[in-house]
Formats: sequence, structure tokens, C-alpha cells
Amino acid sequence: MAKAFLSGNEAFAYGVRLARPQVISAYPITPQTIVVEKLSEFIEDGSLKAEFIHVESEHSALSCAIGASSVGARAFTATSSQGLLYMAECLPYAAGGRFPIVMMNANRSTALPWNIYGDQRDSLSQLDSGWIQAYAENAQEALDLALMSFYIAEHKNVSTPYMANLDGFVLTHTYEVVDVPTAEQADAFLPKYATENKLDLQNPRNLAFSAGPDSNTIFKYKEHVGILNAKSVIQEAEDRFETIFGRRYSGLTESYRTEDADYIIITLGSIAGLVREVVDALRLEGRRVGLLRLRYLRPFPNEEIANAVKNAKAVAVLEKDISFGNEGTVYTNVNSAMQKAGINIPNSNYIGGLGGKNISSEEIKGIFDELKSQKSAVRFLGIGGEANGG
Amino acid sequence: MKPYLREFVPTAFEDIPDATAYEAGYLVTKNAGWRNVRPVIDSKKCVGCLNCYLYCPDGVIYREGNKVAIDYDFCKGCGICRKICKPGAIEMEAEK
Repeated sequence: MAKAFLSGNEAFAYGVRLARPQVISAYPITPQTIVVEKLSEFIEDGSLKAEFIHVESEHSALSCAIGASSVGARAFTATSSQGLLYMAECLPYAAGGRFPIVMMNANRSTALPWNIYGDQRDSLSQLDSGWIQAYAENAQEALDLALMSFYIAEHKNVSTPYMANLDGFVLTHTYEVVDVPTAEQADAFLPKYATENKLDLQNPRNLAFSAGPDSNTIFKYKEHVGILNAKSVIQEAEDRFETIFGRRYSGLTESYRTEDADYIIITLGSIAGLVREVVDALRLEGRRVGLLRLRYLRPFPNEEIANAVKNAKAVAVLEKDISFGNEGTVYTNVNSAMQKAGINIPNSNYIGGLGGKNISSEEIKGIFDELKSQKSAVRFLGIGGEANGG
Repeated sequence: MKPYLREFVPTAFEDIPDATAYEAGYLVTKNAGWRNVRPVIDSKKCVGCLNCYLYCPDGVIYREGNKVAIDYDFCKGCGICRKICKPGAIEMEAEK
């Protein structure tokens, strides 16, 4: 392993190079551009042997990746925001066809108003497309997810495409010291992609056919089971990862000082780093607070959430998303997990960071303060007034 | 040639594949139920130019000898073949 000073985008590109994809197809969009720019440099300098397909749109980028995967190639693409939305038609094609494509999505606001900065409304709007969704906190995790994503997606019990999300700019463009594994280590971790779900002259098959009302539910059920199977495969991948690389990840969620916490903030992505710092500061004052970071949203960590919050007095979901006319989508999902487990404690939703707005440590402290009132509310950070639950 | 339909159509859980992939030459279900009119070829007028074969948006026209035939298991009855047929060898007939 060697240390390198890398941005989130670069770290992900290093991880993808170690995974040796055979086809990369992508269209540039801020703040994703650098990941594919870096990969094209790797191909140019000969350190990655892959076909880089320059396409004219994101719709074509994913269509190309589907084509590559349908002949058994390991395929990678990357996008962000409007690009992901332009790909939207192809997302369920990849999932329903059970093509284990890996995509990096740089989380960015969606228009209008036009905005290039980070929030999570792009990927969360595609939560039902049938893809695994992971959210990285830092550049090291980004690199490690790039490697693990192929293992998880391509596992025969899963066969599901994988979207790894990195917060735009805050993670994609900031630099950290990152451990870069050697190619030998990566090869020991990640087997070659082998599948029967491909076009093959020796074993001709008909791919991507229609299925009428009789069998459609079964196809969809099997797709659902595939993504549920990812739960145990994520565990298996992380065990294997630790054995080879010495770094341990914690599955679908990461609990931080939640065991005895009265008040817990549930969040995802890079903001978890700041919440962790606030938790430490408040713990020094003797306050029993904790953080639950959601690393995966699909498969959804129902049991993990229930276990982490079962002894708390109140929880808050902090997310960079709003499902207009209702509440944050992560909040909806978390409430469902708690309800199914019979946990009936106040749960508030804090919507922040939209269009790249900074979330401050004072605001996070404020959330922990408000949780003491033990009321449920949906609030936008930084906006007052009655309509905002205040 | 016309693609052949398998006699056994799987409906049971264990018979349905995980992915939409199956042995080549098989299709899962016939798909022509919403056709109101069907194209009928007058083989005496057909000159075998294959324009209908090229223009059919559903790929249901296939070669038969020097002429063409229509796979009614998948034809949707859109009538593009009739419109493109210069010798006027195709007429649309109402489905009964």
C-alpha cells in the first residue's frame, strides 16, 4: 500500500483502476468530470487496459455500459445531477437485466434553480430504480467502495448494478491522504467477472425480452431478492476486504457512540464527519448524544436502524433532500424502519445543505438541543416561521 | 425465418430465469393482442422488394422463398407495411 494525496474523485478513479473494468463509458458533468478524466489518463498512460467510449450523452453512457455488461464485460460509468436524471430511463433497464454495472454519482443539486453544488436530491430521486445505493463519507471510503462495489454487484446472488455516491465538491473536490492498495492486493480481493447472463456465440441467448402479466411479478420479486441478498454479500466483501487490506467497514450503517445515547442524529455522506465532531464535543459536556451514519440506502438498513435507536429518547434525520409536498425521503424510510420495529419515539427531519449550502456545527448542536423537546417536526435548516415547524 | 415459440411457457417461480435472458430462439409470450386490423399480403402482386421487411418497426415480416410473410403472433397492425408497399400488395383487413 502507498499513501497518496487525492481528491474524492481521484480516489474513486484509483479504486476503479484497481478493479480493472474492461469498458468505461461516460459523459462529463461537474462535479463528476475528474473521475472519468483521471481514468482516461490511466488508459492513455497504459496503466489501465480498458475501452473508453466517448458518448454524446448520459443516456448513451449507461446504454453503452449495459451493452458491455451484456457481453460479460466489467463496466463502469459515472455521472451527476441532471446527467443521472437523463440516464433515468436506462437505470431500471440495467437493474431488471441484472447487469452489475458500477456507477459513481457525484451528488449535486437538480435544476431549477440551476446549481452545480452538492445535495442528494439527484440519487434519492432514483431510489426505486433497482440499484444498490451507497454513500461515502471520505476519500478513503470512496476508493474502498470503488473496489468493493464490483465484488458486491457481480456476486451471483446479487447481480445488481451499484451506485456509489460522493457528495459533490465537499467530497469529490477536497483532498485527503489516502491509502492506495497495490494491484496484487486488489487482484487477490476481486475475482474476474464471470456470468451466464450474457450474449455468447457458444451459448446463444435472447436478452432483454418482454414479460407479460403472468411472469412480470416473479421477475420483479427476483430483482428485489437480489438486492436484499446484497446485505450478506456486503458483509462478506467487508470481511474479505479487512483480511487483505486491514481496514474494517461496518456494513449498511456506522454507529458512533449510540449505545447509551438519548439523542441520535441519523445522516449520510460527508456531513457525518462534522456530526461526529459535534457528538464528541457534546459528550465532553456530559451529553448523551450519538450519530448513526447510513452507508447504504438500498438495501435499506431496517434492522440496523431499529437496533441503534431502540433505547434513544428522540432521533433526527439530517438529509440534503426534500420530497416536495411531503418530507425528506431518508426520513420517510427511517420512520418506516422504526414503525416496523415498534419503536415509537419522536423523530424529526432536518433538511439542509440544499444546493451546496453549508451545514454548520452550530446548526448540528441546535438539532441536538431541539431534540430535547422530544417533538416530531419537519424543518428546513436556516428558515424560520410557522410553516417550517417552528 | 419466423422465430419459433416454445410450447412450454414458464409461469412457476423456479422456471422463471433471474435475469431477462433465455435460450436464443425463444420468446416469452406472444404479443399481438391489441391489433384491430391485420396486413394481408397478396402474393401475386408482391414483387419481393423487401421494403416492408425493412420498414416494419416490430421486425415481424420475414422472408419466405422470394416473397415475404407476416408473423401474426407479434404484428401490432400499424399498417406501415401497407403504406410502404409500392405494388399495393398489402391490404389491411379488420380483425374479427
